[in-house]
Amino acid sequence: MSGRSRFLPYLLLAPSVLFLAALFVVPLVETIAISFSDNGAPTLDHYRRMAGDLNFWPAVKNTFLLVVTVVPLQVAIALGMASMLQKLPRGRDLVLWIWTIPLGVSDLAAGLVWLALLQERGYLNSALAALGLIDGPTQWLTYETPGTLFVGILLAEVWRATAIVFIILVAGLQLIPKEYREAAEIFGASPWTTFRRITLPLLKPSLQTALILRTVLAFEVFAVVYAIAGRNFPVLVGEAYVWQRDNQAYGVAAAYAVLIVVISLAATVVYLRVLRSRTEERS
Amino acid sequence: MAQILIDKVRKDFGAVRALDEVTLDIADGEFVALLGPSGCGKTTLLRIVAGLETQTAGRIVIGGRDLTEVPTRARGLAMVFQNYAVFPHMTVFENIAFGLRMQKADPTRIDAQVRKAAGLLHIEDYLDRHPGNLSGGQRQRVAVARALAVEPPVLLMDEPLSNLDALLRLEMRAELKTVLEQAGTTTIYVTHDQTEAMGLADRIAVMHGGRIVQIDTPTEVYRHPRTKFVGGFVGSPPMNFLPVEVTGGEARLGGLPVPAPVTSGALLAGVRPEDFAIVAPDQGLAAEVLVVEPLGSHTLVTVRCDGATVRVVTPEIIDWPAGRRIGLKPDAGRVVWMDPQSEQAVGP
Ligand SMILES: Nc1ncnc2c1ncn2[C@@H]1O[C@H](COP(=O)(O)OP(=O)(O)OP(=O)(O)O)[C@@H](O)[C@H]1O
Ligand SMILES: [Mg+2]
Repeated sequence: MSGRSRFLPYLLLAPSVLFLAALFVVPLVETIAISFSDNGAPTLDHYRRMAGDLNFWPAVKNTFLLVVTVVPLQVAIALGMASMLQKLPRGRDLVLWIWTIPLGVSDLAAGLVWLALLQERGYLNSALAALGLIDGPTQWLTYETPGTLFVGILLAEVWRATAIVFIILVAGLQLIPKEYREAAEIFGASPWTTFRRITLPLLKPSLQTALILRTVLAFEVFAVVYAIAGRNFPVLVGEAYVWQRDNQAYGVAAAYAVLIVVISLAATVVYLRVLRSRTEERS
Repeated sequence: MAQILIDKVRKDFGAVRALDEVTLDIADGEFVALLGPSGCGKTTLLRIVAGLETQTAGRIVIGGRDLTEVPTRARGLAMVFQNYAVFPHMTVFENIAFGLRMQKADPTRIDAQVRKAAGLLHIEDYLDRHPGNLSGGQRQRVAVARALAVEPPVLLMDEPLSNLDALLRLEMRAELKTVLEQAGTTTIYVTHDQTEAMGLADRIAVMHGGRIVQIDTPTEVYRHPRTKFVGGFVGSPPMNFLPVEVTGGEARLGGLPVPAPVTSGALLAGVRPEDFAIVAPDQGLAAEVLVVEPLGSHTLVTVRCDGATVRVVTPEIIDWPAGRRIGLKPDAGRVVWMDPQSEQAVGP
């Protein structure tokens, strides 16, 4: 191999690496620096302030609660949707298109749509009142009704972001040759067994991608929560925003940001280990 | 009992008619080869028997039971796919064991059956590997072993030996024949290799353009092709067809009077390459040597005869230059006659 072709790949990768470094690594390093320093002196004060805040533990709890409910729900729904789509004899493109509409809606807009549906004088209450199930405008999204508030946010998040999981799984399913399922059927496997023993294992790489992407994004949930609940349902990114904008305490906001990055990275590592696809399994 | 009746099956893919009124009656324990060129509908027919594809018209009946409404998994058959479909995420062992696991067979039986099938196909050393690290031919043998391990009453095989080298193919052919005969398995075996079909099958069904054009024993298909296509497709090198003019119930082939099945008119005389005797130039059909190919056990001579290319096989070792003039004398008793228009056989 000539020297030139040995370096060519690196040369071609260089622009994107530089781009990433400038726009991602530099701000990240800067954020870490801010979170650990006070007027140039190293300190853990920001982290202490963060952890000592009244909203900190509720924010941690709420964020994790959302992640562990929203992500499995989304994967299950997306798996069901993708499998159904596969079975359609025709009209697949239209259904695919309709199901992916939420992808085009910004998260703040999605939050506002659901707020309009669920608020005191929203569509849900009008419908329930018309059916005689409630007497008048009822509040679902307040500090006093944490249960329904949570369900409201959950619904909005599931509606908004299931489509991305769905798209990834549809692409993954299309990569599995139909002969594998047919062979399983020939040898007597039921549809459920075929799904469990053939489709699901072969879908592992796509599931891994979808899970990592959705989990990382779920830890960063903010706009939907902000639109529906304001600060009644504190989450990590929301707290970072409040410390940055309202309290002007950049160090504490940076501490939150670092915490979120660490949690996301940890989740990614967990997925990569648990769902490791051994090289010999691919053919 | 697992006799198979394929009853007037038709299959349309949109405007394409892949199968046209295919009827095939296979006895219990019989081995039928489906032989035909690429795209003639062999795989489609097999998939319909398996229930993976639904026929446009017609029925599939196995052991007296109409299977039209029976899903694939309840048909109780095994299949070797043309592209293997060996599960990439399972070891070779698990692949071969798959059918038995679905039948909830007990572990000792599974182990024994898997080892037996793997041994038969010479893949017992790869049982712990994943298909990703196997060659194409090894993967194909896993697919065959997976189908044999369940000892099915009906076995469908779609070109199961296509990816093996000549020697291994010969060996596998013999082993398959023995095993399936012993087990009394009713087998449909798709191939476009005519020697494989001839060697293995009780009967050969020759397919062409979505139809079965002839179904007979290998010898019968070889000796008495029903159409010009069959004569050309079965046998290598293919049958030669010489245009002749019949008068008074006789055709003249190189000065030799040969009785014909019609009294007058134009016919095609079909002669197998080995049914020519090479004689002196003035004693038979005048021919000019184009190529001589020594093939070890015999010699293939390609000649030009009356403007047509004719292939002749002779057991003799010869070494003639191109351009040499020879005479060809057909074995009158082995000539088959075809109508030049319909390309169908005429006469007995
Ligand atoms: N799913 C399909 N949709 C449309 N046309 C199809 C489909 N499957 C097969 N065909 C057509 O049906 C015809 C028969 O195909 P088939 O696969 O049965 O051929 P084959 O005899 O198995 O050929 P080969 O020896 O190359 O495997 C072909 O013309 C093919 O293009
Ligand atoms: Mg085929």
